[in-house]
Amino acid sequence: MTRHDDYRQPRDPGDVFLPETPSQTAGPYVHIGLALDVAGLPERDHEIDNRLAEPEAEGEFIELAGVVLDGADQPVADILVEAWQADAHGAYVTDFAFDNVFNSFGRAAPGADDAGRWVFSTIKPGRVPYPGAIDMAPHINLALFARGINIHLQTRIYFDDEADDNADCPFLNKVPPHRRDTLIARRAGESDAGHPRYEIVIRLQGPEETVFFDY
Amino acid sequence: MADNRHIDFVQRDRNWHPDPAAVGYRTTVLRHPKQALVSLQTPSASERTGPDFGAMALGAHDNDLLMNHRPGTAADGLPIGERIHVYGRVIDQFGAPVPNTLVEMWQANAGGRYRHKKDSYVAPLDPNFGGVGRTVTDPAGWYRFRTIRPGPYPWPNDPNAWRPAHIHVSVFGPSVATRLITQLYFEGDPLIPRCPIVNTIRDADAVETLTARLDMARSRAFDSLVYRFDIVTRGALQTWFENV
Repeated sequence: MTRHDDYRQPRDPGDVFLPETPSQTAGPYVHIGLALDVAGLPERDHEIDNRLAEPEAEGEFIELAGVVLDGADQPVADILVEAWQADAHGAYVTDFAFDNVFNSFGRAAPGADDAGRWVFSTIKPGRVPYPGAIDMAPHINLALFARGINIHLQTRIYFDDEADDNADCPFLNKVPPHRRDTLIARRAGESDAGHPRYEIVIRLQGPEETVFFDY
Repeated sequence: MADNRHIDFVQRDRNWHPDPAAVGYRTTVLRHPKQALVSLQTPSASERTGPDFGAMALGAHDNDLLMNHRPGTAADGLPIGERIHVYGRVIDQFGAPVPNTLVEMWQANAGGRYRHKKDSYVAPLDPNFGGVGRTVTDPAGWYRFRTIRPGPYPWPNDPNAWRPAHIHVSVFGPSVATRLITQLYFEGDPLIPRCPIVNTIRDADAVETLTARLDMARSRAFDSLVYRFDIVTRGALQTWFENV
């Protein structure tokens, strides 16, 4: 419970208040820094990658596969996608470590032969509390970085087999009804490892443009 | 432990950040949303939390680009170029240090060539230079890299477009809401005002904050020059009250 005197006063006149560092595009060679194998660089001992869950993790193993399309319906092959999601109990694992059986954070980027397709290997997240309302439906936060994207785009992925939770989700219900479908991944087939696969197409522009959030 | 469940972050000023649809940077034209962003009035744990990298295992030379790309042959040596350090502090908008946050960077070599499959610029690769670094800020928010000053390079935007010398910088802050990727430029570079990517930022003062300053006081005689680049993440506010 937050107490009144915990509040950091925003701010007496004269207190330092600095502008946030401005964003710039991650550019075409983002992989050198954040997805070394795609750039063709030798990997370090440990890399943050697209595998959030080890076999010992609790929960239902899934694969989330997607493609990001530009305004001409062409795949954005140089995209870098970051995922942030709760564990199977709806809690965020905030202490990132390479030996965790589950990390809430991961990164994916298509390889040269993947036609813009990226994949996360993870578990299905649990419901997460929402202030003053019922829990949110299971979802994964995504951030998109690429050449031509000056400030990263923030979106969310929901699951089509959670229709009841989705209908009640206090967050999803803030999205205009005709646009909600753009956030819902479709369960389709299995991964190589035999886990359910969810597919999502993210459209940067156009009649079915994906919803992006400011928060 | 990044428990931010009771933290709100100062709203992002999207007029200070670059214009997502700046036509001068041509790739933006097909890659920016045309619909308005949907604003969340009530952030949840989903936005308030983020990864804490204080326990992440790093290699001994992860932040030393003079040493971290060794081909492992008799030809092993040092990269060619201007030896520099880049250091600075990650603080939030209220000046509070941001500890244990992951700072990552990548860059071209001294000739403006990237070690990336898709870079075919005629300038050669440097066998002793990879171009990637990472580190975690200390308890007071400080970070440091040692590297080679990157060269400018041409790119297919205008018929004769050149990027200023720059280092790509990625920082997290305490939450996914503070996540940021940007570019560091070098004080005095005449290519800065000519760059269509820099010019996606409308406010000249904002460009100034992306310009690293030569720090002669900390430069090392007969070794390396030092540049300072501070990073400001969104201000953290504990919430006045919660409805939970």
